[in-house]
Amino acid sequence: MTTILTVPNSLDDVSFESLLQPLAELPAGSKVVLDARHTRWSSPYGLIGLLTLAQARGDRPHFIPPEDADTVSYWARTGFFRHAEPLVEYARPVPTRFKSGDSNVFLEITPIAKTEDVQYVVSHIQERSAVIMETLGFPARSAVGFSVVLSESCQNIIEHAGGPGWVAVQTYNWTKRLGRRVVVIAVSDSGIGFRRSLEQRNAQIVSDRWDDGAALEAAVLRGTSRFTDPGRGQGLAGIRKYMGRWGAKFTIRSGTARIAIKPEGDDDQPLIKHMPQFPGSQYQMIIPQAVAP
Amino acid sequence: MMLTPLPLDLRAALSRAECDLYSNLVTRATGRAVRSELELLLNDMPGQRLAVLDFSHVGVLDFSCADEIVAQLLLRFGAGLPAHAPASETPSYFMFRGLAEAHLEALEPVLERHGLALVVECVDGSMQLVGMVDPDEQSAWQLVLTSGGGDVQAIAQFGADDTRDLHARLVALARRRLVIQTSAGFHPLKHH
Repeated sequence: MTTILTVPNSLDDVSFESLLQPLAELPAGSKVVLDARHTRWSSPYGLIGLLTLAQARGDRPHFIPPEDADTVSYWARTGFFRHAEPLVEYARPVPTRFKSGDSNVFLEITPIAKTEDVQYVVSHIQERSAVIMETLGFPARSAVGFSVVLSESCQNIIEHAGGPGWVAVQTYNWTKRLGRRVVVIAVSDSGIGFRRSLEQRNAQIVSDRWDDGAALEAAVLRGTSRFTDPGRGQGLAGIRKYMGRWGAKFTIRSGTARIAIKPEGDDDQPLIKHMPQFPGSQYQMIIPQAVAP
Repeated sequence: MMLTPLPLDLRAALSRAECDLYSNLVTRATGRAVRSELELLLNDMPGQRLAVLDFSHVGVLDFSCADEIVAQLLLRFGAGLPAHAPASETPSYFMFRGLAEAHLEALEPVLERHGLALVVECVDGSMQLVGMVDPDEQSAWQLVLTSGGGDVQAIAQFGADDTRDLHARLVALARRRLVIQTSAGFHPLKHH
């Protein structure tokens, strides 16, 4: 049996969920076709979400690329087709050779599997970090904080995911939701996720109400780590600190739950449970243009 | 009281530990590798030691690396520990220089998490205590610095503190390896 999953016209963290419910209901061994013919736009979360989905399937699902030439060109410039090549079977040829040069792509889709990858990402984006933060109206010295956020979020893949993942950074004008320019960092892996990671060394943490949501609350709000060392768990706390300073929004989806650390005025739910199961962890940080006081 | 300072360039340690392509101290694995390099050098130096960790050529320092390098180094060598912690038998002193504001942003939460403190030489040459220190410790440390060191009476002349109270606070600072205690009194950490 083959199921066609239609990739939304506009693919972001919210619309990505429309792919996961039917996916979660599929019987084992079902084939999947990812149909992106009518997709015109994707956030970095959407693109690396598709990679994670294909990676988690492990059966090289068929992938029908977007029909719109501009979309194909943009996805090529983000590195999407190149990274998806070993994970999907393309229904028609796509430009898999890397073509850089899009000013909205601050960091192309980059695989994270080992420490050196994080070093590469931080070094690669270091000079651009100042541009990124100045674009948003923050002082250039915020660039180091931006690199730290990127480093700590990528490290969680290496330290906790138990498998490789991806990171991407883009900027765009978020007219519909915010009316301002934003920079978006997306990090995703198909590893073991927060709940299983915390269970590894915290047997006592498992209780009647223990689930993916409780695991996210423990890690993000209370700094709980699978390690007993009190020095652990500081990365997420640090990310939260910077997000607060920049009026940014930080979400983590893991398993069947999603937690949101959000700026004032954002009416998103702080914790969503009982979502369709999706492996690993997906981070998204949305840093909006600073508002003049 | 002069200890021969051991200058430790973090950028050079990173080059030896991993590769010389990068100047950023990021990730726990990198932190562990750099700390191992530093520990080798420190262990080659017998007796009391004053290590001067130089961050001047470091770009980004993240929380994980700050924890692995700075906090773990202080914990292992018994320096900057909370006042109630047992003091190490052979004192090791640490000074930090070249720390930019962005480095301190990563370092301070790490120090607070472990209850640690350290002595920083600022870019302008002034000295600063960073981390978990209470106001009494801060003022006593400042007196040692201002006076240039000496016995308690000499140091007390630079402030309005009761000598007995000051002595207790200086002993506590010495136990934390934030000042050096000798038979001649208490002395600030200096590397030149």
